[in-house]
Amino acid sequence: MDAIFLQVLNGLDKGGAYALIALGLTLVFGTLGVVNFAHGALFMLGAFCAVTFQFMMTASKQIKDESITFFDAYKEVPYLEIWFGHVGTVLIDWVVPLSIIMAIPVMLLIGLAMERGLIRYFYKRSHAEQILVTFGLAIVLQEIIKSFFGANPIPTPAPEIVAGSANIGALFGLGDSVVYPYWRLIYLAFSGLVIFAVFAFLQFTTFGMVVRAGMADREMVGLLGINVERRFTIVFGIAAVVAGLAGVMYTPILPPDYNMGMEFLVLSFVVVVVGGMGSLGGAVSAGFLLGILQSFASMNEVKAIIPGIDQIIIYLVAVIILLTRPRGLMGRKGVMED
Amino acid sequence: MSDLKFTRRGVLKSGAALGAAGVAPSFFVRNAWAQDFTNNPGNGSSVVLGFNVPQTGAYADEGADELRAYQLAVKHINGEGDGGMLNTMTPLSLKGNGVLGKKVEYVTGDTQTKSDAARASAKRMIEKDGAIMITGGSSSGVAVAVQSLCHEAGIIFMAGLTHSNDTTGKDKRKYGFRHFFNAYMSGAALGPVLEARYGKDRNAYHLTADYTWGWTQEESIKNTTEALGWKTTAAVRTPLGAGDFSQYITPVLNSGADVLILNHYGKDMINSLTQAVQFGLRDKQVNGKNFVIVVPLFSRLMAQGAGENIKGILGTTNWNWSLTDAGSQAFVKSFGAEYGFPPSQAAHTCYTQALLYANACETAGTFYPCEVINALEGFKFDGAGNGPTEYRAADHQCFKDVLVVEGNENPSSQFDLLQVVQVVPRAQVEYDPAIFGGELGTCS
Amino acid sequence: MKLFKLSAKDAIMMAVFIAVVLTMPIWLKPIGAGYPDLLQKFAIFGLFAIGFNILFGLTGYLSFGHAAFLGVGSYTAVWSFKLVSMSVIPAVIFGTVLAGLFAVVIGYVSLRRTGIYFSILTLAFAQMCYKMAYSVLTPITNGETGLRVLRDDPRVVDAMFGVEQNAVPVGELFGINMQGYPGFYFCAAMLILGFFIALRIFRSPFGMMLTAIKTNQTRMRYTGFNTRPYLLVAFVISGMYAGMAGSLMAVTDPLAGAERMQWTASGEVVLMTILGGVGTLVGPILGAGIIKYFENIFSAINESTLHQAFDFLPDSIDNVVVAIISPFVGDGWHLTLGTLFVVIVIFLPGGLVDGISRIRKRFSRKSHASSTTGASEG
Repeated sequence: MDAIFLQVLNGLDKGGAYALIALGLTLVFGTLGVVNFAHGALFMLGAFCAVTFQFMMTASKQIKDESITFFDAYKEVPYLEIWFGHVGTVLIDWVVPLSIIMAIPVMLLIGLAMERGLIRYFYKRSHAEQILVTFGLAIVLQEIIKSFFGANPIPTPAPEIVAGSANIGALFGLGDSVVYPYWRLIYLAFSGLVIFAVFAFLQFTTFGMVVRAGMADREMVGLLGINVERRFTIVFGIAAVVAGLAGVMYTPILPPDYNMGMEFLVLSFVVVVVGGMGSLGGAVSAGFLLGILQSFASMNEVKAIIPGIDQIIIYLVAVIILLTRPRGLMGRKGVMED
Repeated sequence: MSDLKFTRRGVLKSGAALGAAGVAPSFFVRNAWAQDFTNNPGNGSSVVLGFNVPQTGAYADEGADELRAYQLAVKHINGEGDGGMLNTMTPLSLKGNGVLGKKVEYVTGDTQTKSDAARASAKRMIEKDGAIMITGGSSSGVAVAVQSLCHEAGIIFMAGLTHSNDTTGKDKRKYGFRHFFNAYMSGAALGPVLEARYGKDRNAYHLTADYTWGWTQEESIKNTTEALGWKTTAAVRTPLGAGDFSQYITPVLNSGADVLILNHYGKDMINSLTQAVQFGLRDKQVNGKNFVIVVPLFSRLMAQGAGENIKGILGTTNWNWSLTDAGSQAFVKSFGAEYGFPPSQAAHTCYTQALLYANACETAGTFYPCEVINALEGFKFDGAGNGPTEYRAADHQCFKDVLVVEGNENPSSQFDLLQVVQVVPRAQVEYDPAIFGGELGTCS
Repeated sequence: MKLFKLSAKDAIMMAVFIAVVLTMPIWLKPIGAGYPDLLQKFAIFGLFAIGFNILFGLTGYLSFGHAAFLGVGSYTAVWSFKLVSMSVIPAVIFGTVLAGLFAVVIGYVSLRRTGIYFSILTLAFAQMCYKMAYSVLTPITNGETGLRVLRDDPRVVDAMFGVEQNAVPVGELFGINMQGYPGFYFCAAMLILGFFIALRIFRSPFGMMLTAIKTNQTRMRYTGFNTRPYLLVAFVISGMYAGMAGSLMAVTDPLAGAERMQWTASGEVVLMTILGGVGTLVGPILGAGIIKYFENIFSAINESTLHQAFDFLPDSIDNVVVAIISPFVGDGWHLTLGTLFVVIVIFLPGGLVDGISRIRKRFSRKSHASSTTGASEG
């Protein structure tokens, strides 16, 4: 029972991450009709916003370790701590949540620049060319990050107060060993919040209405004299922000490195397609579904029955769903079917 | 092989030139029958070594450090710079004028940590660049793949960072040599320290990267800990590059285990350790004992990626820059002066391998691989940072002391991440080469 | 024979192609690519890309899992070396056929969907193959270490004829070792054969049918055509090309590793095809050549090579030039490749072949030259 409860939590948590990335990807698909292979890179850039912010906050006075003479080794004391004492320590401790403030405008700018500078020339081009150009862009972005930060993962811890685990077993009347990291609970809540915000934005604002109309029938909305293109540019910016925030919040779970986007790229494509092209709800539900199934498949009891199932579960489920439901869970007819 | 023909012709030509000049050195005469080998440098003024390291992918930083070490080794062999370990290694035939009077040059390549790419790169070095020796690598799959390629081509392979028992076990090759230690030695070295720290009554839970290296390490550690009287609660395989390990960590919580052993390397290890600590495993109490995490194979670069989480965690390493023996000091000094930071264990093993190969050629008096292999087999040396070391002839594995380290609780600098707990003497980690099977093959 | 009949233009193109491929060791030498291993890779990946293009270029179905067939071909060929004989003929045949069988199954299932749903289905199958080969199927694939040919493997046929193997067996064809240049010429022969078949398919009614499916499948269906069998045949043919490429990889280097099936390998062939020009005959081969060239040559340039290359410049300028170039070579070769992708798509929609023909058109318009130049059209 305890084990199952924990695996559900794991699944939701994983699902939250998948859903967040898939959400932005499907937004771009649905509105711009662009296959964005650079979406994983946006996730990675978000994570590196946190890293950059951490570097800035921990700019340090270097106190040379005199015992080492062959090269310069320093014990680093951040200026913030020197100047502000305890307050500085707290600020540094909270660097990941704080970097969200920086990540939103930065990711928005990156998104807008990407769309205006490159993507918009590819609306009318074939999907193959979109793949090539966005893949090329993703490689370039990765290499730039690598040249600044190296290839090694960079630790970006969560604030001390939420670094440990919550005893949620007591909350639900389960055993004492049912603990779950605070940060993962925060991540789950955060992904729920962002997903809700995006849906609310599309559902309850005029802007969102136009975007939805544009997703359904772009030409018609254009004929009505509405500048769909400008709105779609903003949608791309929003998608970039969502991916970036997913990246920022993920850093305490997965120390970021330049290649982390590629690893999520394929998975998020699978999630989007299983959810159904052009469907935001589909992407989110597919994210959670695959997350939970993956967690259960990794249980020793399940693996004892089907060895290696945890390795392939996501792809197996994708195949089954796509064969039983022609357009994934909630896909609309005619979107990216040719 | 068709290339051989070209080489043979080249040799004949150079032989004729030598004859005409009437200055054939003695070794040419002595081993005249044996001079027909791949990429024979003949009487050219230089000799080419191939440095095959990961430059892209997850181990790019490690690869970059290996490359730095190789470049430094080339400098020292050629008599440039301060000489580094050339001043401390004994016995040593190298004179600081290259190898056998030839200047050492090098070519580089990217293994991408993939066997196919690594073999393609090694083949380029052999076929196009005329490399006489290949060295490098940052994973066991790549090392084994390149080692067997080199064996086929008749080129010596000096393995870089590879920790699987297989490299000098069931996949050992006559032309392949490994200076780095292996999973078996990690287990043997860790055992007594684990016993002293955590007692004899423990339940271990293994998380193992689901591929050959992970399996050999799991097996070695299991054997050691079970010999101590520990029980193995479970050994769970995790997919390579899983990223999020939560679904594998939560079952540990109520499994009754009180030790978690992470048979992961590189990014997998950084992620699983970070996440295990987040799940509170380091602060947990089970059966009235403190829960502990053990990472059998450590490196400083990994420790850097894991940050705070590494503190107090036990593991083993081949070498650490903080060692104070003359060889280590000499190497750290020249590496630090050149690049401004200390070398990693990968850099150390690669530097040493390059020196060992050069020295063997100098000792053998020829580049002819069979003679060089003879010089390396059973070679005993000291002053290379690991104390007295021997290249065992039976399996081409170096035997030397192994370091048990732990994550430093209170580092004095940004590089001071690992602290040596114990230097485990060679005798304790030695084993019978027969236990892993495999055959070296012959030199042709 | 009607099968071998080519139009005059195609015959010239075929002749030029054969000449160009067979002289590769000569004309690739000056750019540092004239050594056996890379030449073999050019031929093998060229073949892989041609086959991929038969599916993608003609039908528009974008498979993201073709690497699975490459892997199956490799593993089968190595098993053939282990169990049957060191001769390359059974290895290539088994590899191609088994990959074809895999393609029948995967294609039959995946072709029930179109567009991106098809792409993800193929991706899912290939990823499953990769993950299993790396872990659970290690007894068959030897996992991370890769499947290798050993001296004491049974090799039934060889044993019957009493063929002795030396320490490290290598693939052979009638006693010629398939490594080095002989290996390249064998791969080149297969490439030429593959190119010829592709040419025939492009010009055949079957090829026209596939193009028609690409243009408007719905209309085809309305006219009473069942398109699925045609698509399946195209899928299987292209899977067999991949299988043959995979078995050739094992022929020239008797080792098969799981990473050949990873999605990045599938993605690579997609990039090769798009880079060169989708739906053109020579484009995919060009694309394959460029990507492999970057992977093997650009990645090998380091600072000391650069300093040697710019030796003729004064020291200060030399240092500046090297400082500018070095981020793009060696460990920065990915950066150059990524930039190249972006630049090519922006300036040469339709890939390299399209770019070449445009340049030629512009050139001929300016000079009003009426003479035809070569036959590098697709």
